[in-house]
Amino acid sequence: MITRFYSSNKALQIALFCLMLTRLATSLIAEDWLGFRGSRGDGVATDPAVPHRLDSQSILWSVDLPGRGLSSPVIVGDRLFVTASSGARLDRLHVICFNVSDGSLRWERQFWATGRTMTHEKISPAAPTPVSDGKTLFALFSSNDCLALDLEGNLLWFRGLGRDYVNASNSLGMSSSLVFAAGILVTQVENDSESFTLGLDAQTGLNRWKLDRPKRANWTSPTVYRERSGQVRVLLQSFQGVTAVDPFSGRILWNYSEGASTVPSATWSDGRLYLPSNGLTVLELSPDGSVPQQIWRSTQLRPGTPSPVVFGGRVYSLNDGGILTCGDGSDGKRLWQLRIKGPFSATPISAGGRLYCVNEAGLVQVVDPSQNEGTVTSELALGQTVIGTPSISTGSLFVRSDGRLWRIGTPSTR
Amino acid sequence: MTVASLWLLSALALGLQSATLAAAPSLKASLKSLRSVGPEGLGNEPAKSAWRRVASIEASSLPLVLESMDGANDYALNWLRSAVDAVAQKATVSGRPLPVETLHRFLRDRTHHPRARRLAFELIRSVQPEMARSLLPEFLDDPAPELRRDAVQQRCDAAEAKVALDKAIAIVEYRKALAFAREADQLDSIAKKLKELGSPVNLSRTFGWVTAWKLIGPFDNTTGVGFSRPYPPETSLDLSSEFEGKTGRIKWAPYETTDDYGMVNFNAPLGTLKGVVGYAAAEFWSKSARPVQIRLGSQNGWKVWVNGKPTFGRDEYHRASEIDQYRMPVMLVPGRNFILVKCLQNEQTEDWAAEWQFQLRVTDEQGTPLLSSQ
Repeated sequence: MITRFYSSNKALQIALFCLMLTRLATSLIAEDWLGFRGSRGDGVATDPAVPHRLDSQSILWSVDLPGRGLSSPVIVGDRLFVTASSGARLDRLHVICFNVSDGSLRWERQFWATGRTMTHEKISPAAPTPVSDGKTLFALFSSNDCLALDLEGNLLWFRGLGRDYVNASNSLGMSSSLVFAAGILVTQVENDSESFTLGLDAQTGLNRWKLDRPKRANWTSPTVYRERSGQVRVLLQSFQGVTAVDPFSGRILWNYSEGASTVPSATWSDGRLYLPSNGLTVLELSPDGSVPQQIWRSTQLRPGTPSPVVFGGRVYSLNDGGILTCGDGSDGKRLWQLRIKGPFSATPISAGGRLYCVNEAGLVQVVDPSQNEGTVTSELALGQTVIGTPSISTGSLFVRSDGRLWRIGTPSTR
Repeated sequence: MTVASLWLLSALALGLQSATLAAAPSLKASLKSLRSVGPEGLGNEPAKSAWRRVASIEASSLPLVLESMDGANDYALNWLRSAVDAVAQKATVSGRPLPVETLHRFLRDRTHHPRARRLAFELIRSVQPEMARSLLPEFLDDPAPELRRDAVQQRCDAAEAKVALDKAIAIVEYRKALAFAREADQLDSIAKKLKELGSPVNLSRTFGWVTAWKLIGPFDNTTGVGFSRPYPPETSLDLSSEFEGKTGRIKWAPYETTDDYGMVNFNAPLGTLKGVVGYAAAEFWSKSARPVQIRLGSQNGWKVWVNGKPTFGRDEYHRASEIDQYRMPVMLVPGRNFILVKCLQNEQTEDWAAEWQFQLRVTDEQGTPLLSSQ
């Protein structure tokens, strides 16, 4: 009896070891997508397995969502998280967790908005993209309700920032996504009236710091970057320019005061900041972490609503009408322009050297930018309005509309 | 089955029963912890562990959680609500039943929190959709907005089905639906439908706008200085006074809006001005002291006072406006009440920034329009 138990126990150990190896291998292959424009916030996936040719077979699964939204899906391992809002006043806030592998529901939690939910008809309260540190999901809504759930859906904390700060709202809706840096959740609540950015303790949701910010509606998201010293910093973009902040203390480190857009967000790539300011302005951080130096500026690379994308030494700007402009990352020289089918709100994302651009009609367009001029190599019509930026993980593209979520990939990765 | 195993089963059953009984005070303490959360993250830390305890209860205890929503603040409601989600989901996955009968009793008791009752309804609907549908007509005059809304919609659907068969009956059905509707979009769509059917309603009266005002302006709002500057109407509501305004001597003048949506448009009497402040004053008579809501929509900066007391204000310009955009609870006094609105125009020059207006109505908590008794 004892021998048999030992044997079965050993078999169990071997099975667990194999499972662990499998999971390890999976986790090495699959890249988590932890926030708006991915884990690095640049919209570029290291995962090369996303298909370049798309057709109806590329839709591995799709599921209905219980409400509207334009936040991006966040992916941690085999879990995909997405937010939505429903109800006549869009005051029902949903956080939903699906299995990446088959789109089945793992759990769903609902909350009642404590702040204002009025938005422009094109958007809805589920506009800001959640963020994860790999263990916890932090979600924010346009009503300025902010909450933390563990990956199993257990509520860790809840903040009604729209109730705490009663004039913090935007009648067109708020969309700044959360960022996580140095254990702090940076929550940008910038608007025409009660305008501020909070550093929330990720463990408790309590304020660590609060910065008064320019009184002007702002739909951009903060950018996280790492100094050469290894210090993580957060950049807050507004119509006035950019403010660099120590996320731990909320201390302001430097200001760039030449103005910036309040819609597309800056992109940090290889030590440079591609900032929608006076067209597109590229800043390089000084080694001592002080005020950055301007490298180049181009009005020809001015982005529309979508934020700029940078990879392979090139920068890509997409305007709302569908003109995709490629520039040389070193000097801002315009290399080519390509008209693709617009209009666009979603930021393009990249994998395997391709750009994935999803227009408002839900048409996914794959652009190969590697030649002298960009080429659309494939299209897939999803047939629903898409405003939110897609996500990439597990060799797949994840796109959400107001009512549906799709996984698009190679059938063999199903 | 041996005597020993029977004994073991009995012991286990007793143990489970006593565990359930023992859990009751623990659940009570956990619910108390969740109800203790407040602004600025107050109580979040103890609530985290309390939430896990509440989320682990059996579905049979769900009505206790719903009951604990009575009188809870908006932060606590969310802790409680999400725990209900977790319990219900666990029951669904494990195939355990929801306590439909108890939930139904809870739902029918209108003294419970409107949101808790709506949640009870949705739990019932998740397992017995037909039963939920059959309950809807009971909610036509319900204090829970979402229950009432669904009941009104059901009545509208029934009316619509009658349109092709008997227009007169459809009109009667739509008018019944209108009488019970409280939410602006439903009122609007039903009124439009009645107009289509050749039976228009007085939309202004349906919404209950305050239409008779006295206006004065312009005062200065160059560079936004007017928002925090207390001009004379804020300190003395003497409607016969004259003041020095931005462009000279100004005095109060009567203004009656005939707009279906109650817009009080300063541009009409004063001209299309920029960087200006206007005030609107109205009397509102109430037969008794009572709590009401002042509901305002505007895409200009604004402040509102009732009987000289400030209610709320906002310095956002030209983003968007909708009916009932802002809801302010106030207490009316018996007899005459004064409503004062400060409406600010900024200096934007775009065509879409020309509006200098607001709409205002007085309602009860459910949105029933209240008209001045004189």
